[in-house]
Amino acid sequence: MYETTYHRPSSVDEAAALFAKGTESKYLAGGHTLIPVMKQRLASPSDVIDLGKIKDLVGVEVSADAVTIKAATTHYDVAGSGPVQKAIPALAHLASLIGDPAVRYRGTIGGSIANNDPAADYPAAVLALGATVKTNKRSIAADDFFKGLFSTALADGEIITTVSFPIPAKAGYSKFPHPASRFALTGVFVVRTKSGEVRVGATGASQNGVMRVPAIEAALKANWSASALDGIKIPTSGLMSDIQGSSDYRANLIKVMAQRAVTAAG
Amino acid sequence: MSTVKLTVNGKSVSADVEDRTLLVQLLRDHLNLTGTHVGCDTSQCGACVVHIDGRAVKSCTVLVGQANGANVTTIEGIAKGDELHPMQAAFRDNHGLQCGYCTPGMIMSAIDIVHRHGGKLDEATVRHELEGNICRCTGYHNIVKSVLDAAGRMKVAQAAE
Amino acid sequence: MGVEGIGASVVRKEDRRFITGKGRYVDDIKLQGMTFAHFIRSPHAHAKVKSIDSSAAMKMPGVVGVLTGQQIIDDKVGNLICGWAITSKDGAPMKMGAWPAMAPETVRFVGQAVAVVIAETKNQAKDAAEAVVVNYEELPAAADIRAAIKPGAPQLHPEAPGNVIYDWAIGDEAAVKDAFSKAANVVSLELTNNRLVPNAMEPRAAIAEYNEAEEHFTLYTTSQNPHVARLVLSAFYNIAPEHKLRVIAPDVGGGFGSKIYIYPEEMVALWASKKVGRPVKWTGDRSEAFLTDAHGRDHITKAEMAFDKDNRILGLRVKTHANLGAYMSLFSSAVPTYLYATLLSGQYNIPAIHAEVITVYTNTVPVDAYRGAGRPEASFLVERLMETAARQLKVDPAELRRNNFITQFPHQTPVIMAYDIGDFGASLDVALKAIDYAGFPARKAKAKSEGKLRGIGFSCYIEACGIAPSKAVGSLGAGVGLWESAEVRVNPVGTIEVLTGSHSHGQGHETTFAQLISERLGVPISQVQIVHGDTDKVQFGMGTYGSRSLAVGGTAIIKAMEKVEAKGKKIAAHLLEASEGDIVIENGEFKVTGTDKSIALPMVALAAYTAHNLPDGMEPGLKETAFYDPTNFTFPAGAYICELEVDSSTGKTSFVNFVAADDFGRLINPMIVEGQVHGGLAQGIGQALLEGAVYDSSGQLVTASFMDYTMPRADDLPSFKLNHTPTLCPGNPLGVKGCGEAGAIGASAAVINAITDAIGNNKLEMPATPDRVWHAIHGNAA
Repeated sequence: MYETTYHRPSSVDEAAALFAKGTESKYLAGGHTLIPVMKQRLASPSDVIDLGKIKDLVGVEVSADAVTIKAATTHYDVAGSGPVQKAIPALAHLASLIGDPAVRYRGTIGGSIANNDPAADYPAAVLALGATVKTNKRSIAADDFFKGLFSTALADGEIITTVSFPIPAKAGYSKFPHPASRFALTGVFVVRTKSGEVRVGATGASQNGVMRVPAIEAALKANWSASALDGIKIPTSGLMSDIQGSSDYRANLIKVMAQRAVTAAG
Repeated sequence: MSTVKLTVNGKSVSADVEDRTLLVQLLRDHLNLTGTHVGCDTSQCGACVVHIDGRAVKSCTVLVGQANGANVTTIEGIAKGDELHPMQAAFRDNHGLQCGYCTPGMIMSAIDIVHRHGGKLDEATVRHELEGNICRCTGYHNIVKSVLDAAGRMKVAQAAE
Repeated sequence: MGVEGIGASVVRKEDRRFITGKGRYVDDIKLQGMTFAHFIRSPHAHAKVKSIDSSAAMKMPGVVGVLTGQQIIDDKVGNLICGWAITSKDGAPMKMGAWPAMAPETVRFVGQAVAVVIAETKNQAKDAAEAVVVNYEELPAAADIRAAIKPGAPQLHPEAPGNVIYDWAIGDEAAVKDAFSKAANVVSLELTNNRLVPNAMEPRAAIAEYNEAEEHFTLYTTSQNPHVARLVLSAFYNIAPEHKLRVIAPDVGGGFGSKIYIYPEEMVALWASKKVGRPVKWTGDRSEAFLTDAHGRDHITKAEMAFDKDNRILGLRVKTHANLGAYMSLFSSAVPTYLYATLLSGQYNIPAIHAEVITVYTNTVPVDAYRGAGRPEASFLVERLMETAARQLKVDPAELRRNNFITQFPHQTPVIMAYDIGDFGASLDVALKAIDYAGFPARKAKAKSEGKLRGIGFSCYIEACGIAPSKAVGSLGAGVGLWESAEVRVNPVGTIEVLTGSHSHGQGHETTFAQLISERLGVPISQVQIVHGDTDKVQFGMGTYGSRSLAVGGTAIIKAMEKVEAKGKKIAAHLLEASEGDIVIENGEFKVTGTDKSIALPMVALAAYTAHNLPDGMEPGLKETAFYDPTNFTFPAGAYICELEVDSSTGKTSFVNFVAADDFGRLINPMIVEGQVHGGLAQGIGQALLEGAVYDSSGQLVTASFMDYTMPRADDLPSFKLNHTPTLCPGNPLGVKGCGEAGAIGASAAVINAITDAIGNNKLEMPATPDRVWHAIHGNAA
């Protein structure tokens, strides 16, 4: 990788100030997205600003209505959090499926959604649960946050501080892993909110990154059961196609993973 | 360039290195701890796994700055003198290694697996938990056997302490 | 059997250094004043190199030199060679295009080196490499077999019109035609044997050091055969004469064939070390391994098998196109010919076989031997044909095989090989019992009632190992002999060193070979040191590949051992005042049979070295060498049965059971043997389900990292149930056959036969990814 300057700020404000000083700064939390890219010399940040050691950015808070995860909380800590397991078990389950154990010790929710990899797991949960992404500047609704492949509503230098997930009536996540990378070849997160709304987020499938699946939402709204999706046909247009999954296969996986997620949600 | 200070296998170490230096490079190139290996460049093979503050992580995906002040344990640091760690002994006794290249990372990951699951390990769990470690020689059969064997040994050792 | 002798599953002597992080691999070595090399590689599959401008790079911090392909040619370093000459059926020699270590004019695959930067640190070398400006003129590329043989395809080498290297044939074409004319049934099949990336976990590496005063080079390298490397570097590449070149292959992290060859990077490191006057280290990364290590397999085949009315095979006709990549790698020409077509008889009585093999150049990295090398391709073809035939003829697949097994030995096949011994029925019986074949229909029905598709698949493989009788392979075009050498040194204090030309990179030679000594002399293996991997220490060796180390290398040790024993007996008889014929060796002592008189080995050794009291005319010392050239190949064989389930909604395959019954002859260390089988099975299953190197039509490698190329992981594989049905090999004194490649040879057909059985569709290519299996179940319209 190219030489860079590493910083370890102790507050969000200090991090933002350091970011502004650098000519081409990058934030790093767990580093499991940025460092591999830097190793390939595909990124050459002048300054790397480590958010992982900022105490205010680590931890989980659960209230009656929401699970709030601070941005630099690792996948391991979310997966193993008793309160998260109790409030939104599907979310803890999703965190337990990201990468591998060593990656889960380092990777963070903020890093994952800020990167918005089209095959990452977390975006499916953020979108389906209608989470709110809070930054050092504002709050962003999930529906406004993801802007396509590796692209989000975040402004340059903006720092995610928390992601707040409303606790749903029911939720489930089912993932078919890419055989090599173990990202999602397709992963589907299904939610029935306490007000009866149904939201479904699919990752790994669309050329534009995480997406909602209206056909499945409508069918599940009418009948919350796996069999309600038996006759559903997901259109292949806009879906990714590669050596591990053609678009028609991915369309099938969206349906099958949604069915399994509903079964898991109960 | 920065000065990093950390504890490696119980000893305080300090080095002046470029900020782009990875933890694995610090270990291998600066501290001559060559037991930690590099088998890929996409953070997947796990040959580089070490423990940072007790957690098994991929040292090829950690900048030295991130490890500043941390407590790092490598494959060279787990035996007590001549007495092998139970995981090392189990790998030897169950023929859990062939060429030996993935072995240090496997052992460091496997210790972490046992720490997290205690005595509740079964074959399916071990196979799933080894997702981040690739071996090309053993077909994993004897690695799985080794981890299950060591889980029992570590339980006994813990009970004795 | 002694506790540490033949047949004992003793734990490995070499393990302690590996489990404590004290192994010594090439990249672990640091030399004083060492510099680092980074190669500049072509981003294009086919292009002219118009110019290389290194002036800016030369001014970068830490840069010691930038060297180009033209310079290496100017210094008269030879081109890379292919060491096995194959003659086309029309009598023409194979058409070998020139392969310079760094391309001066034309690049023919993505990743081919055009220049190298040498710098004080690795990062400085990489930084400077970006400042080297290479001007390419892109040419159209032919990225696979079909593209390369199309009329008007881009031409890779002027020497090979139409990109064809040779069009070779074996067998009796007229006899096959006759057999098919009499057939009651003909079964035909078209299949692809998918291209694989070896991916030993240790990437290749080299450190070269030149001693100017001595005009002597030392090369540390990741090699399976350091003496072959020295021979080739000296005799063909003109780097240095053999006595001025030491090659050391220390601990090597897996090979699987990919570390047999002498690659451009090692050549360049040696040459550059003299050029810059400093030691030069190059350590490949995984991306470079994907782009530059020799790949394996990559065949397209059409085959037909003729059966009589009793379902006995009458004949086999095969036409295979094999992709050798952009250049002919060291043994590439032999793989799809003498290592493939000669095994097409499988375990079966086939009166007539004819096979035509056409090899082609493509704009891809060279293809050469990878674990199994030709034999997996042959076994996969024959076993897919047998399974297809069973389905088409509506007979039980086990019975069809049994009905056609060779049962009389020796057996001369129509394709060169003379099988010496085997019991194919015994292996099949044990495997059938182990998997409870009788209970399969009930299990399948139960699975069906639970919505799962269950299948069972067989593979009865045979391979030719212990390569090879030098005279035989010489007559077939090999450029080298394939014997092995060993030296057994009994030191004056009675400890023993065994120097072997075999090389261990995971196979456990340090233990298995010590067990051979322990068995003969009754000494503990802790007293025996196995020395290998250094041309300055070991007299010579042909190295480790083709499952040859025990059958050939081990026999060489036995031959040297016999000489030591004979001399030791003479000394003991002399000291004990007994007749030489009455001396026996037991538990580390030379004993006079029928008496209580004995003398311990260390005393015999001491006597040999003090030479105060030796028989008249005897030379002092107790060390002997042997060269052993095998008289025949060995023929490991066995039966693999795979039972699995397919999830029809996702196409995902899950193993239920995988059983093996192998005949490797005598087992020296069953624990190590089984470890070899496990690893081979994983690679065979990997080929069947997961692995496949894919180039796009422009010649870019799509599967160029572990993110895209699926390596088998622990949760992809089952635990294996192994059984042994040995028949002792008559061709060597140990009765051994070799076990390193069996799993990789036999497993893939068992898996594909099981999946196609489960889904009821015989058309399925490897790797059988969930996507492919799902399409095979539901079709494209689903």
